[in-house]
Amino acid sequence: MALNPDFVGRTYPPVGTYQVGREKIREFATAIGDSNPLFHDVDAASAAGYADVIAPPTFAFALAFQAMRTVVLDPQLGLDYSRVVHGEEKFVYSRPIGAGDELVVSSVIDNIRAAAGNDMITVRSDIATVTGEHVVTTYSLTVARGTA
Amino acid sequence: MPTFSQVAVGDSIPAADFPITRLNLVQYCGASGDFNYIHWSESFANAVGLPGVISHGMFTMAEACRVVTDWIGDPGQLCEYSVRFTRPVAVPDDLVGTVLSVSGTVAEKLDDNRVKVDLTATCKGETVLGRAYAIVRLP
Repeated sequence: MALNPDFVGRTYPPVGTYQVGREKIREFATAIGDSNPLFHDVDAASAAGYADVIAPPTFAFALAFQAMRTVVLDPQLGLDYSRVVHGEEKFVYSRPIGAGDELVVSSVIDNIRAAAGNDMITVRSDIATVTGEHVVTTYSLTVARGTA
Repeated sequence: MPTFSQVAVGDSIPAADFPITRLNLVQYCGASGDFNYIHWSESFANAVGLPGVISHGMFTMAEACRVVTDWIGDPGQLCEYSVRFTRPVAVPDDLVGTVLSVSGTVAEKLDDNRVKVDLTATCKGETVLGRAYAIVRLP
């Protein structure tokens, strides 16, 4: 089933805030097997000029993903989640996410198209602090295989 | 950490191999919150036409990033990072899994001490990421 093109431009304001925890960062870094001291060691992060440990660059997706679930699971959009794979991902950073950050995610549907029998949707998520400082923007292309 | 004046277009950055097992995927499910069945259920993955359980694209992307952040030392100097997931990374249930091989080349020197690095990621000899690049700021 083709996706509803009327959804392009639809915005999804923040749903609550995300409190970035030091142990969550360590858990994520451990899960990807990355022992970079700036992810684990407060003193190392401090020596590099950060207030606390920083998160691995792709951690931002975990926040965007929570917000995106609202988008891709919207029944009016018509996306078959059982057929979904990740097509493309891009991050544009103003600075790394760090422990202690209190963040909000605002999402917008940038594009919807069909190609080669697949439905494709691009969601942009702007991640900022609660005081409005931009941290990172994610661009996520989701593909529903064989549904178009 | 390399400095901007030290690097030249065409330079290789240190390559690395990253083993991926089912355990890594289960751990990543928990850490990332992405519990899609295709990352842990063989029967579900097969039923939707995949070659068995596959890696999260974001896990593959996280591993590939490490050659860049290990090269620059401070991951906070990453300005931009982008990939296309061109081929699923199948992870067999044999306690051995598979291996992701990642290499990178300095593709462009930009303004503001920034450098674009093109990345190549392969699994069993086949490319799994397309148009993969990172832009970093060097001292």
